[in-house]
Parts: sequence; structure tokens; C-alpha cells
Amino acid sequence: MDNDIIVKVDNLGICFNLAKERVDSLKEYFLKFTKGSLHFEEFWALKNVSIEIKRGDFYGLVGINGSGKSTLLKTIAGVFKPTEGKVTVNGTIAPLIELGAGFDMDLTARENIYLNGAVLGFSKKFMDDHFQDIVDFSELHDFLDVPLKNYSSGMVARIAFAIATVTDPDILIADEVLSVGDYAFQEKCEKRMEQLLANGTTVIFVSHSTEQVKRLCNKATWLEHGKIIMTGDAETVCDAYSQRY
Amino acid sequence: MKNKLISFWRYRFLLSNLINRDIKVKYRRSKLGILWSVLNPLMMMCVMTLVFSHIFRFGIKNYAVYILSGQLIFNYFTESTAMSMESVIGYSPLIKKVYVPKYIFPLEKSCFAFVNMVFSLIALVVVMFLTGASFYPTFVLAVYPLFTLFFFSLGVGLFLSSSAIFFRDIIHLWSVFTTALMYASAIIYPVSMLEGSIMGYLIYLNPIFWYIDAFRQVTIYGNMLSFAHIAVCAVCAVISMIVGSVVFKKGQDRFILYI
Repeated sequence: MDNDIIVKVDNLGICFNLAKERVDSLKEYFLKFTKGSLHFEEFWALKNVSIEIKRGDFYGLVGINGSGKSTLLKTIAGVFKPTEGKVTVNGTIAPLIELGAGFDMDLTARENIYLNGAVLGFSKKFMDDHFQDIVDFSELHDFLDVPLKNYSSGMVARIAFAIATVTDPDILIADEVLSVGDYAFQEKCEKRMEQLLANGTTVIFVSHSTEQVKRLCNKATWLEHGKIIMTGDAETVCDAYSQRY
Repeated sequence: MKNKLISFWRYRFLLSNLINRDIKVKYRRSKLGILWSVLNPLMMMCVMTLVFSHIFRFGIKNYAVYILSGQLIFNYFTESTAMSMESVIGYSPLIKKVYVPKYIFPLEKSCFAFVNMVFSLIALVVVMFLTGASFYPTFVLAVYPLFTLFFFSLGVGLFLSSSAIFFRDIIHLWSVFTTALMYASAIIYPVSMLEGSIMGYLIYLNPIFWYIDAFRQVTIYGNMLSFAHIAVCAVCAVISMIVGSVVFKKGQDRFILYI
């Protein structure tokens, strides 16, 4: 395999069984099964999707709600298993899909930083070493021992972003993370992402703002109804996309 | 296999963190905090001791300790399996967002139940001391039934957590099943009571009875573990782990679609 290609998505298809009526109980299941009316409606969230992402790319995904962007990100992150096709990833991933996965609102920020780090697979020593960096970046020094439920969503986002980007991951997956947080923090996040990029991290980025994608990304893919409409450099794809809508 | 071990090693910090979190959250905001983990079983046991040493008697010497030892094992088993069963469903917000090996969750709940059981064990020792029960050097052998039971419960927990995702009914059925199991485990009555009836034979098919009996032999009676005890405890644990892991592994890629 080409050494330059860090994520290779090959003819990927993700299929959900959208049960028309959800069969949640054993009794229902047997009743339906014996009657032969166990219907599942197949829904292909992604179909025939192939993309190649090169090392050092800042890759944008655009498309309307429900077009399969998040599903694609989650499949690359390993949350979904492909129904068909193949996803090959050559490197470590820092997922920033819906911020704050694994945060426990009853715990304090300090405890959550360790917990979330553990969820992302960091070791205790690593977290000890980088604890201060995370706190510095999120600028929440005074609130470290406050339970997270008393935080605003913007503050939670700051911590989550700080934890996920504390390492130099090979791939950073960012799903509309920049839409939370105030303007100054958004800028800070962008800067951090660009800095990661300079260190050789590949960023895969979803946004509804074509303007932002144009500014940050070098390549982009436009998804619609789980299929690729267009892949190319960010400028061209975004222009075509904004003309359509 | 080697990759599995590496990934497990990588996520050990997550495991310890989640166990820690569970303990912290359980006693958060109570004045006595972590002390409750011993105090709670201790107070429960005191109530039971009062009740059972005055009201019911089956002519068992130190009846209270007899019951409490049986309950300790049984509660550990039910707590461990019930928590494991709902663990994957409970952690669904996390599973939907990040990749984490799924078996971490039932494993974590099993460990958490084990930690709770150790606290109960401390309480049991206190009660034994207070009621003037004799202590035997065989007490240390209690680790054998406890550790084999850990794996037995983990296997059952893996099986249940996977099945419960596809059929939520199992969650309700399991609580009924464990209630029935409790009366079939010779916790509040002596085994000798069953002699002559069919139950006297059937009880030997109940793995939990074996774990309880093995535990009692070494803690209360000061006997060594018989070969039968050693073998049954180990074989049940191994079978349970194999069945549990296979079922869990088969289902785990589809969990995400059902949670």
C-alpha cells in the first residue's frame, strides 16, 4: 500500500436495519417470526464510498444533514463496522466526534480529564505529564474541582478539545467541533489544528460552513444520501456545493 | 491474540478509571463517603443477625454467620451479573462516539462488584468476630472460590450483556431467575434439610451452591476444599467464560445498531 495514503476507504457501504416497528421483546419477536412478518427495511447510510486521504491532508466533508458525513467519520474512527467494503487506517486516531464522549457530569473536571484520556486510550503517566497542558489550553484553572454538570457546554467543549489534541495524533477527526465555544476559542482551536497539521497530522473535518472548509481544507468530498457527489480540491467542491444550495 | 493483549494493556487505565469512577459516584456527597462501602454491608448484616438469631432457627451453630456467608457469595454473583448485563446498554453514549473494546464494560462491572464484595468480606469478618465465631487458618483459602466465582460471573455477565442488547426482556427475566436461584442455593436453610427429597440431588446441579459451600467450608468450618469443590468451581468458571466470550464476540459488531 502506498505509504502516503493514511486513510483508504474502499467501496464502503454501511447498512442499518431500520426495523419498521422496533422488535424489542422476545414475545414480539417470536410472534412476528412465526407469522413471517419480521420485516426489516434496509437503509444504506453509505453506499459505494471510496476516498483516499493522504498524510498531511486537511480533508473536509460537506453535505446536508443526514447525508452520511458523521457515519463516515464514525466508521473511520472504528465505531461502526463496514457492512461491505473496507476501511484501512494507518495510524493513531484522535476522535472529536460530538465532544465529551465519556464525560461523567457528576465528576469534577479534574477527574473527567483523566477519565476521558483513558477513554481515548492514553496511559496514566501520559495524562500526568500532559495534565497541565490540557488545563492551560482550556483556560479553566479556577474551575478544576467543580462538577462538570455546572459547566456550560462551551466550557465542556474546551476541555474535550484540549484532551483530544494533547497528543500528536496521526489523524484528527473533527465533527463540527468548532461550532461551540466563543469566537476567541474557535480561533484558538483552528490554530491548534493548523499547528497539528504542520506537525504532520492529517485532519478530517466536517462543517456546515463552506466558508470555513474553503479556508482550512485543501481537499474535500461532497456527500449526499450516502453517496459521493464530488471529490476534489476544497475550493471547487465548496463552490459547487454552495451553488446547489 | 497478541494484538488483543496489547489492546487490553492499553485500556487497563480506562478499566481502573471506570472502577474508580463507579466507587466515587456511588458514595459521592455522603458525609462518610467511602466508609459506607464497609458500613453499609456491616449494618445490613447486623440487622440480619438480630433477626435470624432470634426468630428463625434451623439448629445451625452461629446461624447468622451461616446466612451471611451464603449471602455474600450470592449477592456478589447477582450484583456482578446484573450490572454487567446492563453495562453495554448503560455505556451506549460512549460506545456511539469512540471506539473502545466493548468487553471492557462487563469486565469493569464485574471488577466493581468484586471490590464491593471485598468490602462485604471485611464486614463479615467483623460480624464473625462480634458473634464469637471461631477463625481457622483455612480462611485464606476463600480466595479460591472467590476468584473462580469472579470468572464464572464474568462469563455469565458477558453472555447476558450481549443477549440483553438484542432482547431487553432478559433484564426482567434475570431478576426473577436470580430470586428463584436464591431459594435453590441453601442460603437460609441447611442442605441437610433437603435430604430425602428430589431437591437434595438437584441442588448439586446449581453452580452457585458449590461456590457457597466451598466458601463456607473454608471460612466457617475450617475444612480443606475437597477435590469435588476444586474441580466444580474451576470447570464452571471455564465453561462460563468460553460460552460468554463466544456469544459476546459474535454479537459485538452489531451492538451499535441496537443501542
